[in-house]
Amino acid sequence: MSEMFYTRDAYGEALVELGKQDPNIVVLDADLSSSTRTKLFAKAFPGRFFNFGVAEQNMLATSAGLASCGKTVFVSTFAMFATGRAWDQIRNSVCYNNFNVKIVASHAGITVGEDGASHQAIEDIAIMRSIPNIKIVVPCDAPETRDTIFTAAKTPGPFYIRLGRTKFETIENKKKFKLGEGYVLEDGKDVTIIACGIMVKYAVDAAKILKNENISARVINIHTIKPLDAEIIIKAAKETKGMVVCEEHSVAGGLASAADDIILENSPTKLLRVGIKNRYGQSGRPEELIKEYKLTTQDIVETARRVLQK
Amino acid sequence: MIKCKDYPEKQIKDLEDKAREIRRLIIKMLAKAGSGHPGGSLSSTDLMTCLYFSALRHDPKNPNSPDRDRFHLSKGHCCPVWYAVLAKSGYFPIDKLWTLRELGSVLQGHPDRRTPGVSVASGSLGQGLSVALGMALAGKMDKKDYRVYCLMGDGEIQEGNVWEAAMAASHFKCDNLCAILDYNRYQIDGKVDDIMNLEPIQDRWRSFGWYPIEIDGHNIAHILSAFDEAKTIKEKPSIIIAHTIKGKGVSFMENVVDFHGRAPTKEEEQKALEELKDRE
Repeated sequence: MSEMFYTRDAYGEALVELGKQDPNIVVLDADLSSSTRTKLFAKAFPGRFFNFGVAEQNMLATSAGLASCGKTVFVSTFAMFATGRAWDQIRNSVCYNNFNVKIVASHAGITVGEDGASHQAIEDIAIMRSIPNIKIVVPCDAPETRDTIFTAAKTPGPFYIRLGRTKFETIENKKKFKLGEGYVLEDGKDVTIIACGIMVKYAVDAAKILKNENISARVINIHTIKPLDAEIIIKAAKETKGMVVCEEHSVAGGLASAADDIILENSPTKLLRVGIKNRYGQSGRPEELIKEYKLTTQDIVETARRVLQK
Repeated sequence: MIKCKDYPEKQIKDLEDKAREIRRLIIKMLAKAGSGHPGGSLSSTDLMTCLYFSALRHDPKNPNSPDRDRFHLSKGHCCPVWYAVLAKSGYFPIDKLWTLRELGSVLQGHPDRRTPGVSVASGSLGQGLSVALGMALAGKMDKKDYRVYCLMGDGEIQEGNVWEAAMAASHFKCDNLCAILDYNRYQIDGKVDDIMNLEPIQDRWRSFGWYPIEIDGHNIAHILSAFDEAKTIKEKPSIIIAHTIKGKGVSFMENVVDFHGRAPTKEEEQKALEELKDRE
């Protein structure tokens, strides 16, 4: 088993490095700087860190004002509050102006765990995806998080970067991170498994199990949900017999919906979803919730088998 | 009410004339467009005229200068008054005003960055004070001496986001931030006092750590004095609470809710322009 790291640790450390390189980097948080790890930046650069207290709408609209004066602004809180509470501010003040605001939200998905449904953002990708100009990245582990943060800092315009609460196992054989380009982790010809974030690890494991059943699965890491890598998805749709899309998110409006849009318009194929199906989350340990909401390696394996059934 | 300073008579008269001209431009622009918001544009005309032709440090030839004072229109629907003062200042030709709200125009129905002189879009109420706060924080960080002005509507401050921004601006001691409240006491559905009362308004802002300055928002000397006084306040943000009349300057629009968001007809335009003629 590979090493496990918090993606938010990778974020906090990357911020400090960026802060040293670029005096224009400013970081905002809403009373969660310990959890999101922006406190590392706050400690290193107190003059460029602002804590807004529990007031996300103000934080996001203020980020637009800062960006209008040439700052590159990283804004952090939990995914639930960043995207849900401040959606209008993100749409109208940040994205409509196409400002350099990088929203890096931690604690996305049901693996928030014991805190339960009110804190488990499972629709954040959907509501961010509907906004023009914004780019969306869901890194699969700590190194990819680091690459994402550095890329976002030097890429103009708004970003939504989705991180989790729990430790992520580092994925082996990753390709170099390129914004908007997915990559094949495991090649295969029978079925395609597309995943993002924490689900990438389960997808890789599922491919191994399927291999033992003589099913050859292609595993694709789609870290960038917007702009989506249409080419790699269409190619997979043409070269394999069907697709499983996995995300720790509602099946409505997330990666599966994005992939489905591409496939429907270009190369229709059977697509099944591993995700949260019209339910709220609940309290429990992260690994229990992954089982309860049918997001496990085994669930991916079974879904892949169903894709291949006539 | 504010204790007024003495300003040269000529300065006052020039600004009054300018304001009347801005009002004429607003009426013509809206009549041509066939839709838009005259009420709040006319109530804030004297404030905007004094700002752009006296208080604000800006250079239309260099609209992105990092040292310029910032202005942000939080009540975006009143952009006709902003467009008029921008055009009159020389940010773009006056002729562009007649394209308001047309497809492809640089003058959108609510402020947009495609307009020369507009650096941040607005329109969804309640966010502008936060945007201005961001500009003020950037100025402090960069050790610049520019000031940030933000015009808000009275109905607008019913939004919770405004009070989050109010709390933060005093917390961060943004004395380079000056909010202007166009307190015309009407919103779309009727009187502000009836819909959602804002009083005691001075106390509310003071309790949030602000320095309130109450003025007659149509008295040029009041307005100039308020901008001057706000510049002297240290360690806290200022808010100019300007008592105004919705639709000011056009008798049949004054305090008429219908003209919050209805453009004048051809006939109404003629009547309004007659009333807004320069008097000699």
